[in-house]
Amino acid sequence: MSASSVATAEQYDYEIIKKFAVMAIVWAVVGMFVGVYIASQLAWPFLNFDNPYITFGRIRPIHTGAVIFGFGGSALFATSYYVVQRTCQARLFAPALATFTFWGWQAVIVLAALSYMFGFSQGREYAEMEWPIDLLILVVWVAYMAVFVGTLMNRKQPHIYVANWFYLSFILVTAVLHTFNNLAVPIDLFSMKSYSLFSGAQDAMTQWWYGHNAVGFFLTAAFLGMMYYFVPKHAGRPIYSYRLSIVHFWALSFMYMWVGTHHLHWTALPDWASTLGATFSIMLLLPSWGGMINGIMTLSGAWDKLRTDPIMRFMIVALSFYGMSTFEGPLMSLKDVNALSHYTDWTVGHVHSGALGWVAMISFGSLYHMIPRLWNTEMYSVRLINVHFWLATIGLLLYITAMWISGISQGLMWRAFDDFGNLQYSFVESVAAMHPFYVMRAIGGMFYLTGMALMAYNVFMTIRQGVRAAATRTAVATA
Amino acid sequence: MEWFSDPANTKPLGLLILFVTFCLILVWVYGSRKRGERLEQHKHIPFLDDQDERKDKSHG
Repeated sequence: MSASSVATAEQYDYEIIKKFAVMAIVWAVVGMFVGVYIASQLAWPFLNFDNPYITFGRIRPIHTGAVIFGFGGSALFATSYYVVQRTCQARLFAPALATFTFWGWQAVIVLAALSYMFGFSQGREYAEMEWPIDLLILVVWVAYMAVFVGTLMNRKQPHIYVANWFYLSFILVTAVLHTFNNLAVPIDLFSMKSYSLFSGAQDAMTQWWYGHNAVGFFLTAAFLGMMYYFVPKHAGRPIYSYRLSIVHFWALSFMYMWVGTHHLHWTALPDWASTLGATFSIMLLLPSWGGMINGIMTLSGAWDKLRTDPIMRFMIVALSFYGMSTFEGPLMSLKDVNALSHYTDWTVGHVHSGALGWVAMISFGSLYHMIPRLWNTEMYSVRLINVHFWLATIGLLLYITAMWISGISQGLMWRAFDDFGNLQYSFVESVAAMHPFYVMRAIGGMFYLTGMALMAYNVFMTIRQGVRAAATRTAVATA
Repeated sequence: MEWFSDPANTKPLGLLILFVTFCLILVWVYGSRKRGERLEQHKHIPFLDDQDERKDKSHG
């Protein structure tokens, strides 16, 4: 293995991938730790310590930013640079530009986190960064697109493998979404604050057009790119149906753009717009499940791998959660269901079943597959991967079960009337009823975080093992 | 041109164009057995670099 892998490492640019892979794990630990902390604040409010810098409102976007853009973003940079090189059999285009994407992206995450802590936020979901940071994101993203497209253009393989289609649509659509969602006029050249170009219902619609497509193209399409390479590769079997993957791609691309308005049912938005969002959400079920079945059926005839290989288990459980979340999402987009679920913890549970179950699990599987290959070694401990898998699964189930019960209870309590037509419960009574589930959610998060810490340790030891083996090989070759 | 400036016209037109395009993609993907077989061949691309690795190995 070593001779061939060294040749492969020379053929491809792995340095930039190593950097992003390590930072993905660092941001996962940081982001999940902050997540557990804010979940604990909701269960035990004394944890705010009357300190404005660490109150829920300020550090919640640090959590979302660190896990989505820090962990998810870095994992996507790493895997997309890996997949595009290996499926195009071409070295990464413009390595200096690729290095710039690394430092630029890490600067974005750090600057955003600091700005939230100091109270600077645009108040736009998943786009809280103020305008100077938005401009930096734009520059980094254009550089990313140049590197990716440049590598595709240099390919030695005539066909562009479908995983790269998903990555490319993610890069392209994220650029469009980010630009239009952040159209704003700064108050002053030296002020962090700005005015949005949109107002009222249009502003809300732009935000959720961005918000849901961030889910659709950043957290779904891109990770499907990961799935279409790493699941077949790790299983050692080609994807179940390549034609289904093409239909999956186009159907997803055509339909996702329209669904954002389902976040704005029963608001000032025109009724037809939110109905359109719900209709496309229901239609999305077909391509989503087509893709999930395509991924799972790849393992057809090799199901025994699920018993013996914890990395494969991560991938298949990720696909199962992809299927479950993409069933739950359309269900919640129905107006009558939404009347119960919206503004409750059910939404929080839904987001986390997608984020922890699909996005994080497929990333863990892909990183566990890729990291030993990058450092030309084996994983330090397969047993630890197995422990990580079970901690993550138990934590995830605790989390989403708590949020389902809490969310549905909230929705029912808020809409309950007594015999005289008055609200049966005050808001604070619903908050008190949620307390046990907030504790349960925090405990679920602790399980998940512990698994993540084990992964960080396992990866650190793997890298150390790989570096030492490389040093020994060099010493032997020199002697 | 005036017809195109009215969103009430262009929205259904846009939907029609996208729907027809999607149907054409479906026909392209599933319409011919020969093309289908050719498309399915692409599923092996992730494994081509394994062949490169094996070649490297055989050359020592």
